[in-house]
Parts: sequence; structure tokens; C-alpha cells
Amino acid sequence: MSETSAKPVEGERRAFMTGNEAVCWAALAAGAEIMYGYPITPQNEIMHYWTRNVPKFGKRFLQTEDELSAGFTTVGGVLAGRRAFTATAGPGNVLMQEPLAMAEAMRIPTVVIIQQRGGPSTATVIYSQQEVTLTCFGGNGEGLRIVYSTSSHQELFDYTIKAFNTAWKYRFPTFVLADGYQAKMRESLTIYDPASRGISMVPTEPFLGRPGKIGEGRTAAHLRNTYNIEEELNAVLEKDIADYERYAPEIAEYDSSAPEDCDLLVVTHGVVFRSARMAVRDLTSQGKKIGYFRPITLRPFPEEQFRQAAARARQILVAESAYGQLLKIVQQNLYGSTVPIRTMLKPGVGITPEEITEECSAILAGKEA
Amino acid sequence: MAVELELEPKMPNCWDPATKPHKFCPGCGHGLVLKALGQAIDELGIQDRVVFGCDIGCSLLSWDFFNMDTVQTHHGRTTPVLVGVKRANPELIVIAYMGDGGGYAIGSQHLVNAANRNDRITAILCNNTNYAMTGGQMAPTTMPGQKTETTPYGRDVNDQGYPMLGPEMVAAITHEGSYVARGTVSKLRTLKGYLKKALANQIAGRGFSFVEALSTCPTNWRTNAKQTWAFLEEQMQGYFPVGELKVPAELQTAERKEE
Ligand SMILES: Cc1ncc(C[n+]2csc(CCOP(=O)(O)OP(=O)(O)O)c2C)c(N)n1
Ligand code: SF4
Repeated sequence: MSETSAKPVEGERRAFMTGNEAVCWAALAAGAEIMYGYPITPQNEIMHYWTRNVPKFGKRFLQTEDELSAGFTTVGGVLAGRRAFTATAGPGNVLMQEPLAMAEAMRIPTVVIIQQRGGPSTATVIYSQQEVTLTCFGGNGEGLRIVYSTSSHQELFDYTIKAFNTAWKYRFPTFVLADGYQAKMRESLTIYDPASRGISMVPTEPFLGRPGKIGEGRTAAHLRNTYNIEEELNAVLEKDIADYERYAPEIAEYDSSAPEDCDLLVVTHGVVFRSARMAVRDLTSQGKKIGYFRPITLRPFPEEQFRQAAARARQILVAESAYGQLLKIVQQNLYGSTVPIRTMLKPGVGITPEEITEECSAILAGKEA
Repeated sequence: MAVELELEPKMPNCWDPATKPHKFCPGCGHGLVLKALGQAIDELGIQDRVVFGCDIGCSLLSWDFFNMDTVQTHHGRTTPVLVGVKRANPELIVIAYMGDGGGYAIGSQHLVNAANRNDRITAILCNNTNYAMTGGQMAPTTMPGQKTETTPYGRDVNDQGYPMLGPEMVAAITHEGSYVARGTVSKLRTLKGYLKKALANQIAGRGFSFVEALSTCPTNWRTNAKQTWAFLEEQMQGYFPVGELKVPAELQTAERKEE
């Protein structure tokens, strides 16, 4: 791929842009080389910005016939040793699960940006948090994936860069999970050249088509995803699962702030976290003993830290723009704990700080009464 | 006087002898297609630059067939995986090997769009008139009246349609620079010639190259050797015309020079 001398981002600079544009600049800054994609709202502008920059920075793009193809061509690009990525949403994310199951099975470091829209089916092109289960556990496998759930444009930029490094370091398919609000909204952020912040990009290498003569210095690669017997498959999976569990603590990320004697711990992810943080700040300033916990990685989940935070709380509120997808993960990670869980489940609609404040106030009032 | 008469069968260089005998049934055409392909690769001297992709179907059994870089993909998805490889590294020579179910049914959108985009890949499709790996169901290429597990009374063209004419379709939708042919395992030298041109066309960067190979599946056809060959040569070759459907002018000129 032709390397042009100009770096897409020199040093760092402030910018005011949409989330999709931030993703594109992050992919450019991370040295991504090729994007494969199929149009779907609300991720289209990632492709639009990427294609505008293709000739300037010696990049490549392929508009495929569907998301099956976008996913499988991305798999092919990664196998050829490129920092390759794709982006999708909603019904496209559904189709994308087949190629991503292949990536999961063969430890192919694909990077996929998901801009969640309403579901099920075609639903809305606007917003939801209903693709959590699909992105974390889609495909006919065990969910050996890494999923970053971002809450701001700065995070979209930071975690898109990070996704390439995480994918290539650990060799699990990696996702940046955002939503239509983050995709389309404009917001200020700092975009930067990773090198200017001491972030070095994990080098890529080809799985197929390595240089050299077969038999002299290299052997032929035979990459397989079909096995003859159960034990053969099980041996592969046990190794992959052991790797995943070993790496999970160093991959998992979270954000939390809660007082020691916490009456209510608000658990949210993604853009809803912004509302939760504002509500918690507001109520704290009113003297309430309230805190928040926010998983940044939904897979692997920051289990230990979450259990510790939950152990110190009198009750928990899970708020999400879905009907219990985060809730299921929370419940699973709290197994054995008796802390009561309250819920605020609003599939397909946004949640404002005021709504969370109101809900929390009611819960706290109930406790006090 | 004892004479050693142990003649090793001559294998193409790019085959991996460690994985032979291969995994296909006795009498299966897949091995013959891959023999012709191996010879074409040897003659072009491209073993080190090839990425071979096999579909899911009986073609999946070729995942360790060649001493060449190989990737086993999903049912119908070999074309997009190899399009992705080729787009990311155009120096490589990529081959997508699939069955008729993979290419003409579940993956037909990929075949059609790669052909229309004129992707510089070589797609090879093995037409054995059935879904062999899954136990002999009807394929898009099943012959009129042919009995399969899902057409136990024979394919009724009024209900299930006619056999898919793949190369004809690909020839109709491809553009300048593409190569399209239909060969048969009953004429291996000719088939090898087509495969060689399909690879040479990719190497020259001209366009999409597609070869359908008429093949045999005695296991699911439930035929003996004689019946197998008769079905191939009489029925299949009668319905699916063998020959080249589209040859770029440059390939024709090169051929004349070789003669
Ligand atoms: C998505 C999906 N659907 C169905 C299957 C099951 N399946 C495996 S092989 C096959 C058909 C193979 O037929 P063909 O492509 O004609 O190849 P052949 O075995 O005849 O060489 C099917 C349907 C699958 N593996 N994946
Ligand atoms: S089932 Fe048919 S296509 Fe498959 S290996 Fe046996 S003969 Fe070949």
C-alpha cells in the first residue's frame, strides 16, 4: 500500500466534528490501510470521510455488495496483513455476525465500528443500545471478542485507535460500540497523532502471502476453521478461552466514582453514562450518597471492580436504552450478591440526566421513607 | 531378476505429498480439478505467490491439499474473503475454490458482484449437480429429472426451475478483460488450459476470471464408474456446453504466439 509522506494528523489539534468523522480520523491516525463497507445509517459518514481521504493518504476502500461481504472482505484484508476495518449498524450488524464468527474462530484481528440504531428489524435509523447482546455474544460461539462502549467523541477517537492495537496484540475481533447519537452529533475533541502521545501502533503481519519461497525459510500456511471431531475443536476452544481469560484483566476498563456508604450505584454504559454522571453529580451536590459504575469494556466485563463497587452499595440502578441487555450482563456478574437491582429500561429511546435524576430521587426517597 | 516396479503417481509440485492420498471419495472429480489446477500453477511457476481459498462443501477437504498458503472460509463466502485479500495485497494471486451450492446459491451475490466489479481474482467452481457435503440435496445445477435427497421424484423444472447456467451468466455480466470458461474433468488437458488462462489473466491484472468445472460425485449419484462417466459425458456435457465463453483479446494473441 503506497505510504504517502504526509501524516493524516500531525501532533494534535482541537476539532469540532461528528462522531463518524472522529472515527475516520482515528482510523487514519492509527494507520488503518483499508476499509470495506456497506451503506447503513447511522454509520455512513465513516465511509464518506474515509473515501474523501483515500487518495490523500494512499488508503483503499471497497464498497461491497452487503455486510456479509464487508465482513468477509475485512477478514481477507486482515489475513493479508493490513490494518483493515469496517463499520455497520442494526440489520447490518446482524449480517456481520457470520464473518465475525469466522474472525472469532480463527483469531483474526478485525476491527468493527458499530453505530447502534433501533431494533429489532429495520426499526429506526437513529439510536438505541440494543446491539449489546449481538455485538458481545453474536455468532455461534462463546463471545471471545473485545467490545469498547464509548460515551463521547473523544472516546470514539481514543478507542478507535486503541481497538487496532488491542485486536492485533491479543488477536481477538475488536469492536467500538457507539450509537447514532454519537455518530451524528457534533462535539469538540482533540485529535492527535498517536506517536505524539507515546502510543505506538502494534505492528501487523500477514497470515497469508508472507514473502519468501515455500520450503526455503517459510512453510505454507493452512488456516482452518472446520474440524473433524469434537475433541479437535474443543482443544482449540480451550486454548482460546484460556487466552481470553488470561488477558481479560489487562483488557477490561471501567470508570467508577462512589462514596463509601453508597445508597445507590447507577450502572450505565455508552452515551447513557453521560446522563448518569450528570445526575449523580447533581444529586451528590444535594447531599445524596450516590455513585456510578460504568463498564468501558462490555466484553471482557470488569467483573472484579464491579463486584467490589456493588458490594459497597445499598442498591443498584441499571439504566439503558434497551430492554435489559446490559442488565443481563450485570446480573450475571453479580451472581451470589443480594444487592437489590432497580431498572430503568427504555428500548430505542435516549435517557436524559433529568430522567435519571428523577428516578434516583424516587428510589432514594423510597428508601428514606 | 527382480525389477522394482514401484511407480509413484506423478503429482504436481505444488501438491503437498504429506496429505496424499487426498480426502475425497474414490471417483470424485474434485481431485481431478485440483490436479489440473496444480499443473497450471506449476507451469506458471506461481506457487509462492498463490493464496488458495476453499469453501465449505466438499471443497473444504482441500484445506491442506496444496503446499501453498490456504484459507478455509465459510459456505459461499470464499469469493469475498479472497476479494478482501487481493484488494489488500494485489501482488498475490488468489484462487477462490467452491462448489455449485456455494457459488450459485448461498454466495451468488458475491459471484455476481465480484464479476461485475471485475475483481482481479480467479474463481473456480466445481459443478457436481448436487450438495455433496451435506448428503446429496438438490443444487442450483441439478439436472432436470435428476433425483436427489430433496427431489426424490426428480427435479421438476416447473417447480424447482432449470439448472443454473453459471458461466453463461458470468459471461453476460462481465466486462472487458474478464475470462470465462466451462471445462470438464473428462477433458483434463483442456481444463488445465482454461485454468492456466484464468490465472494468467489475473496475473496480467486484466480482470475477473471464472472457470466452472463439470465434475463427478459417485457417492451421492450412487453410480458405478461406468454410470458416473456416462452421466458426466452424456447428460451433463449435453446440458452444460463445454468451452470458452469469454477470452480477452490479449489472451488470444498470447495463445497464438505460443502456437
Ligand atoms: C450458512 C451455511 N448454511 C449451510 C451450510 C451447510 N452446508 C455445508 S456444505 C453445503 C453444500 C455444499 O454443496 P456445494 O457447495 O455444491 O459443494 P459440494 O459439497 O457439492 O462440493 C451446505 C449447504 C453451511 N455450512 N453454512
Ligand atoms: S461426496 Fe461427492 S463431491 Fe464429496 S468427496 Fe465424495 S464424491 Fe466427491
